Amino acid sequence: MSLPARPMASRSLSSRRTARRLAADAGLLVVAVAFLLPLAWVVLSAVDPHAGLRVKAPDGVTLEHFDAILTDEITFTPLLNSFLLCGGATALTVVCAALAAYPLSRYRSRLNRPFLLTILFATSLPITAIMVPVYALFVRVNLIDTVQGTIFFFAASQLPFAIWLMKNFMDGVPKELEEAAWTDGASSLQSLARIVLPLMGPGVAVVTVFSFVMMWGNFFVPFMLLLSPDLMPASVSINDFFGNRGMVAYGQLAAFSIVYSTPVILLYVLISRRLGAGFALGGAVKG
Amino acid sequence: MTAAAPHAGPDLAKTPGSPAASPSPSSSGRRTLRRFLPRFLPLTPALALLLVFLAGPIAYCVLIAFTDLQLTGQAQESFVGLDNFRRAFRDDAFLNAVGLTLVFTVLSALVGQNTLGLALAALMRRASKPVRTLAGGVVVTAWVLPEVVAGFLLYAFFRREGTLNAVLDFLHLPSQNWLFTLPILAVSFANVWRGTAFSMLVYSAALNEIPKEITEAAEVDGASGWRRMWHVTLPMIRRSIGTTLMLNTLQTLSVFGLIWVMTRGGPGGKSQTLPLFMYEQAFQNSLIGYGTAVALLLLLVGSLFSLLYMRLLRTEV
Repeated sequence: MSLPARPMASRSLSSRRTARRLAADAGLLVVAVAFLLPLAWVVLSAVDPHAGLRVKAPDGVTLEHFDAILTDEITFTPLLNSFLLCGGATALTVVCAALAAYPLSRYRSRLNRPFLLTILFATSLPITAIMVPVYALFVRVNLIDTVQGTIFFFAASQLPFAIWLMKNFMDGVPKELEEAAWTDGASSLQSLARIVLPLMGPGVAVVTVFSFVMMWGNFFVPFMLLLSPDLMPASVSINDFFGNRGMVAYGQLAAFSIVYSTPVILLYVLISRRLGAGFALGGAVKG
Repeated sequence: MTAAAPHAGPDLAKTPGSPAASPSPSSSGRRTLRRFLPRFLPLTPALALLLVFLAGPIAYCVLIAFTDLQLTGQAQESFVGLDNFRRAFRDDAFLNAVGLTLVFTVLSALVGQNTLGLALAALMRRASKPVRTLAGGVVVTAWVLPEVVAGFLLYAFFRREGTLNAVLDFLHLPSQNWLFTLPILAVSFANVWRGTAFSMLVYSAALNEIPKEITEAAEVDGASGWRRMWHVTLPMIRRSIGTTLMLNTLQTLSVFGLIWVMTRGGPGGKSQTLPLFMYEQAFQNSLIGYGTAVALLLLLVGSLFSLLYMRLLRTEV
C-alpha cells in the first residue's frame, strides 16, 4: 500500500518547492527594487537635462552634464590625485605586505604567533578614531597637507589586513617548490620574487585590488590630512558640488558620481571573475 | 673569555671585537639571532610603517587625551589628568552621541545588515537563477560604491522632494522630511543599504557549506521552513553569525563619511554619532585634547570588540 503513495508524496514535495521558489523570487525582487531605487536615481539623473532629487523618467537624454564636469578643475585633477594617492599607497602596501608575509609564512619563530595576533587585532581597529591624533601628530612633524604623508598613513592603515591576507595566500604555495631554488643558492628574496609571487598571482591581485578599492572610496583620511584644494582626491572634491559652486547641480553631481565610481566597479567585476580562477588554481596545487 | 672560544668557527674568531666569539651557552642564542635577523629582515619596511604611522598615533592618542591641547596653538598644553573624561561624562552632547551611536549600531549593524543579509542569503538558495543574479548584483553594487557616493545617493533618496516620499505619495502613505524629523533612522537605513552585501556574502558561503543531506532530512521529516531555519540552519552557522556581527559592529562604529554627507550630524545633533562628535569637538571647537579623549574611548570600545572577534576566530580555527 505504501507504493502508490510515493509519487503523491514526491509530487507534493516538488510542488511545494515550486511554490517556495516563487515566494523566494518575489521576496528577492522586492529587496532588489528597494536597493535599486537610489542607484536608478544616479543613472537617470546623469542623463536627464532637468535632473532633480527623485527617480523619474528623464525628459530626454543628454550628455551635457558629462560635458560640464569633464574639465581639468572638476574631474581630471581630482581623479589624477586619487590615482596618485591610492596607486602610490597600494604599491607601498603590496610590496611591504609581500616582504613581511614571506618570513612569517616560511620560517618558524616564537614571535610569529604574537605578531600575527597583533596584526589580526589591528585589522579591526576603528581607524576613524585615531584620525584626530594623526592630524595633531602630522601638524607637529610637518607632514600635514603632503601627498607622501597621506600615502604613508594610507599604507600603514591598510597593511595589517594586507599582511594577513598575503600570508594566508602564501601558505598555500608548497614549500617544496622553493627548496630546489635554495639548493641552487637562490636567496630568499630571489625565491620570493621568482617562485612564490608568480605562483600566487591571484592572491596578489586580490590584495592589490582590495587595498586600492578601500583607499579609492576613503573620504575621512584625505579629508583630514590634506588641506590644499589642488591636492584633493575625488572622494573629497565631490563635496564641492554642494558648497563652493552655489546651487546644487544634481545632474552634474550624478554624472561625477558615475565617473568617480566606474574604476572601482570595473576592478570589482574583474577580481570576482579572477577570484573563481584563483580558487581553482589553489585546488590544483593542493591536489 | 674561556677555553670554549676556539670552538666558535674561525670566521667568528677573526672578526675583531665580535661578541659572537663568546662561549657556548650564549653563543647558541646569538647563533639563532644571527640566523633570525637576516631571515626576518624583510619584515622591517612593514614594521617601520606600522610603528611610525599606526602605533605612533595610537600612543600619541593616549598621551594627548590627558592634556588640554587646542587647535589654536596655545603656548604650552598642560597635563590635565582625567579632566577630559570627567568633562565628557557630564557633557549632554557626548551622552547624546553615545546614545545615537548605540541606536545606529544596533539598528543598522546588528538588526539591519545582519538579518537582511541572512534573509537574502537564505532566499537566494531557493530563488531562480536570473532573480538571484539580479538581486546579488544590485546589493553588491551598493556595497562597492565609494562611501561618499553612497551618501549622496541616499541623501537624494531621503530628501523631502526625494524618491522615498514619491513612493510613499504613490502608495497614499504619509510622507515627511526624513532627514529633518528622523535623521538617525535615515542614516541607519543608509548604512544597511551600503553594508548588507558583506553579511549576505558571508552567509551565502556559510549556507553553502551545510551538507545537503541534513536540510533534506529535516524537510522529509516535515519540519516547516521556519523550524528548519531555527533548529538546523542557525545552529550550524553560529560561528559565521558571531564573526559577521562583530565585523559589522566594528565597521559601523567607524562610519563617518556617510553621515557627514547626508546630515553633517544634524539637525541639532540628532544624528551625531561619536565619530562626528569627536570631529566637531576637535575642529569646530578647536579642542584637540577633548576630541582625542573621545577618540580614545571609541578606540577602547573598538579594541574590546576586536578582542572578542579574535576569540571567536580562535574557536573556529
